[in-house]
Amino acid sequence: MSNVYVADQPSAAREGRPSGRLLEVEDLRVEFRTRDGVAKVINGVNYHVDAGETLAVLGESGSGKSVTAQTIMGILDTPPGFVTGGEIRFHGKDMLKMSAEERRRIRGEGIAMVFQDALSALNPVFTVGFQIAEQFRVRRGMSRRDAKIRAAEMLDQVKIPNAKQRVNEYPHQFSGGMRQRVMIAMSLALDPEVLIADEPTTALDVTVQAQIMDLLGELQRERQMGLILITHDLGVVADVADRIAVMYAGRIVEEANVYELYAKPAHPYTIGLLESIPRIDEKGQQLRTIRGLPPSLLKIPSGCPFHPRCPMAQPVCPEKLPPLLQLGPTRASACHFAEELVNRD
Amino acid sequence: MGRYVLRRLLQLIPVFFGTTLLIYALVWAVPGDPFAGKCGERACPPDYIQFMTEKYHLDDPWPLQYLYYMGHLLTGDFGQTFGGRDIGEIIAQAYPNTLKLALVGLAIEAVIGLTAGILTGLRRNGFLDNLVLVSTLFLLAIPTFVSGFLLQFILGTQFKIINPTVSSEVPFHELIVPGFVLASISMAYVARLTRTSIAENSRSDYVRTAVAKGLPQRRVVGVHLFRNSLIPVLTFLGTDLGSLMGGAIITEGIFNINGIGREAYRAITTKESATVVGIVVVLVLVYLLMNLLVDLLYAALDPRIRYE
Repeated sequence: MSNVYVADQPSAAREGRPSGRLLEVEDLRVEFRTRDGVAKVINGVNYHVDAGETLAVLGESGSGKSVTAQTIMGILDTPPGFVTGGEIRFHGKDMLKMSAEERRRIRGEGIAMVFQDALSALNPVFTVGFQIAEQFRVRRGMSRRDAKIRAAEMLDQVKIPNAKQRVNEYPHQFSGGMRQRVMIAMSLALDPEVLIADEPTTALDVTVQAQIMDLLGELQRERQMGLILITHDLGVVADVADRIAVMYAGRIVEEANVYELYAKPAHPYTIGLLESIPRIDEKGQQLRTIRGLPPSLLKIPSGCPFHPRCPMAQPVCPEKLPPLLQLGPTRASACHFAEELVNRD
Repeated sequence: MGRYVLRRLLQLIPVFFGTTLLIYALVWAVPGDPFAGKCGERACPPDYIQFMTEKYHLDDPWPLQYLYYMGHLLTGDFGQTFGGRDIGEIIAQAYPNTLKLALVGLAIEAVIGLTAGILTGLRRNGFLDNLVLVSTLFLLAIPTFVSGFLLQFILGTQFKIINPTVSSEVPFHELIVPGFVLASISMAYVARLTRTSIAENSRSDYVRTAVAKGLPQRRVVGVHLFRNSLIPVLTFLGTDLGSLMGGAIITEGIFNINGIGREAYRAITTKESATVVGIVVVLVLVYLLMNLLVDLLYAALDPRIRYE
């Protein structure tokens, strides 16, 4: 683990060779201009996802994981949110430079999104069948009848019992888990290449959570989609994700494949996250936590933004922002002491 | 649903009796002599007063009079004025005129109010938004009798664009200005209610979902945003028809429209209590039925509301 080099900063596309990546976010910067000042929500995020691959984006509330997803989808509320830099390439083409119409065509067909709270994300006054079928009608020019039949098939694919009857029901007539299945069916209707699931199980019971995650994993494998799974729950991602990107204060602080990350985290923040999972063999002991609070995005700490909370902080930490260092073919960490962490026993 | 409508219709019965009793008591409590000035310069002859008193049970206590009145009313008889005219006939003549006026007002209110509200709700803080904000404030601040006389004077007397008063056939086109005057305050309400509702719903999650589905902007707004935003506005418009009819008295007076407002005013000043009660009874029924209609409309528009 000696070959340490800085993550390839100049983009492959700029050098004239296509990267071959399905979806690639590079040095994305987003700020929220609020009455209290400018909040730097995303400060140079890099990640990518390929076909058939699952990337989990992990982070606390306010780490910028959802805003990144909204920016990719083009549903960022502007104002207050503004993209101030970076690229989002889909099939090598920068979406931020596309016209509104071009971007609209990608939504649903190229990249689709599953939202956290299906009850508020579904329109309460239309049947679920209408809401799924309208995509077939508007985007595929299908007749009302055919679109309805396809909508029922979609409900069937996400394993909703009695799909033919339930297609005529309204969102409030479904249970939480079933409603999230409807949401998934709706997002998959146009057969997207990338699916972004923004905390798809947070609003659900634990038992239902597992079912939804299994379903997502299954559909992803069947369709060979790229899946970006946004979550704050380490337990949820362990089974499904191929790679994990950990976000803190609008940056990726660690990226690794699942086994590496769980076996040997290379960033103190990730270590803290893993230690704060309740474990059955430590029953009766106090749960470990990460001290302090996530930083205010209006005033991000100097140097490494994690230093005020970091148990390993050294004098260099408030001075210098650590770049995301590539530690191996599949892993990177933004810590001054990443190498030491990786090489420890 | 059917049972709900039935229950609501049954609820109308106690409300109907309660309101009519209240109105009867109030009219009875107004001081004055119904036969003062009825017989020209002279006082009325005692024989006439005695005859009328007996005919209309004026010596009986008012609760008993109320029972007599209701007894007739339930057979469809509104009674007679002291002059011997059928009150049912007066109502049948006056009501269509007021209803016409109120409908014209409601149409103006809906078209202008909704348009202004939708445009400003979609583009907040622009020039149009501020213009509508100021003009609705203006409309809300001006009482009907001021705007009525002002428009009558400017459009009718000065520029002679309209007839200052409405002719006795009450044609629809002559009701446009009176309808505007009558509905001006509600129109401002509708504009503001629509604006708020649109603005609130345009930030909602399901609108964001509709965008994320890749639907064109006009479908996101025209289908997903409007359907939800217009529910509260439509219910306001529904209940407002009753308010417009009840509030038409000033507008009818200014533009000389022979409607229920004028009839009620005349009846109150001449102590024709049976006429007052008759007019108000019909108005109460309109209110109650419009309310029921609005509740049913609400359930039709919002599937989350179901009446058992």
